Amino acid sequence: MTDVAEIWIYLSQGPLIWLTLTLVAYGIGDWAFRASGRRPLVNPVLLAVAILAVVLTATGTAYETYFEGAQFVHFMLGPATVALAVPLHANLALIRRSLLPMLAALAVGAGTAMVSAVAIARMAGVAPETLLSLVPKSVTAPVAIGITEALGGQPALTAVLVIVTGVTGAIIGTPIFNALGITDYRARGFAMGVASHGIGTARAFQVNETAGAFAGIGMGLNALLTALIAPLLAPLLVAPY
Amino acid sequence: MIAHLTVLLTFQLLGEAISRGAGLPLPGPVLGMALLFVSMLIVPRLSAIATTAQGLLAHLSLLFVPAGVGVVGQLDRLGADGPGLALAIAGSTAIAIVAGVYTFLAVAKVLGR
Repeated sequence: MTDVAEIWIYLSQGPLIWLTLTLVAYGIGDWAFRASGRRPLVNPVLLAVAILAVVLTATGTAYETYFEGAQFVHFMLGPATVALAVPLHANLALIRRSLLPMLAALAVGAGTAMVSAVAIARMAGVAPETLLSLVPKSVTAPVAIGITEALGGQPALTAVLVIVTGVTGAIIGTPIFNALGITDYRARGFAMGVASHGIGTARAFQVNETAGAFAGIGMGLNALLTALIAPLLAPLLVAPY
Repeated sequence: MIAHLTVLLTFQLLGEAISRGAGLPLPGPVLGMALLFVSMLIVPRLSAIATTAQGLLAHLSLLFVPAGVGVVGQLDRLGADGPGLALAIAGSTAIAIVAGVYTFLAVAKVLGR
């Protein structure tokens, strides 16, 4: 007879269990989000990540082993990003009318994200060599990593800061807009996408389809803008006083 | 659904190839999104992928979970700078969201849109 430990050893080495657990953890996170009356603080991504981190730690599983299963979910980020073209197309007339507000909000949102992040970090006494890795944190991960490499920052650190920024934006965005009484979903979505990339965009889609479409544009445009201006802006931001 | 996925993957592949080939500062999928958007304007039949696209986008959050789990293991990289960086991210994200949303609304109002 095979005992439970042997079954576990067999399963934990293959991708099936980690792929399944990723979906189960997200299912629990999504259930809790709905059960809480869609409270922003009960973020499904954050909950799923916390559950999986506990499971990996408790079972002594390496991230590489986990990722062999989770990579199938991770891979779908690419096609899902391409799929953002569909809500863009569906909202074409609205987007055409909103071109100038978007470009203005892009410039201001991207600029304040970089400048305020470095300014606050400096005031909080963050080490100067860490500041460079913070500059592209509002940009979607693959671009942010490319930017940080070009600036001479640390890619792994930037990856962490990018994800934390996305989750932060996803949690604080909706409460901020509601507190300020902002009901224009174009503006809400676009600001979310610029400030907190794909995770903010995912959150915007949960709230409203128009918000999601505008968040997708904000994310894409900010990737382009920050890639172009960060190399010019970063040396000024992190320069000694 | 397979045909729809084929469209999405083809545009991602095109985006990756062009972005890498031309050395553009855009990730392949983002360029793929732009290419698909333009193609949908020219070939309206491509809109048939809407059902699959909406299915994927409805669960966009799920797709960030594996990367998020990776971040948990890297949190010690933040070291002594952790609290300062957390403050910088929380503060700057709030500032950028508020600045962005009000800029959008102000320009839209001036233009009467």
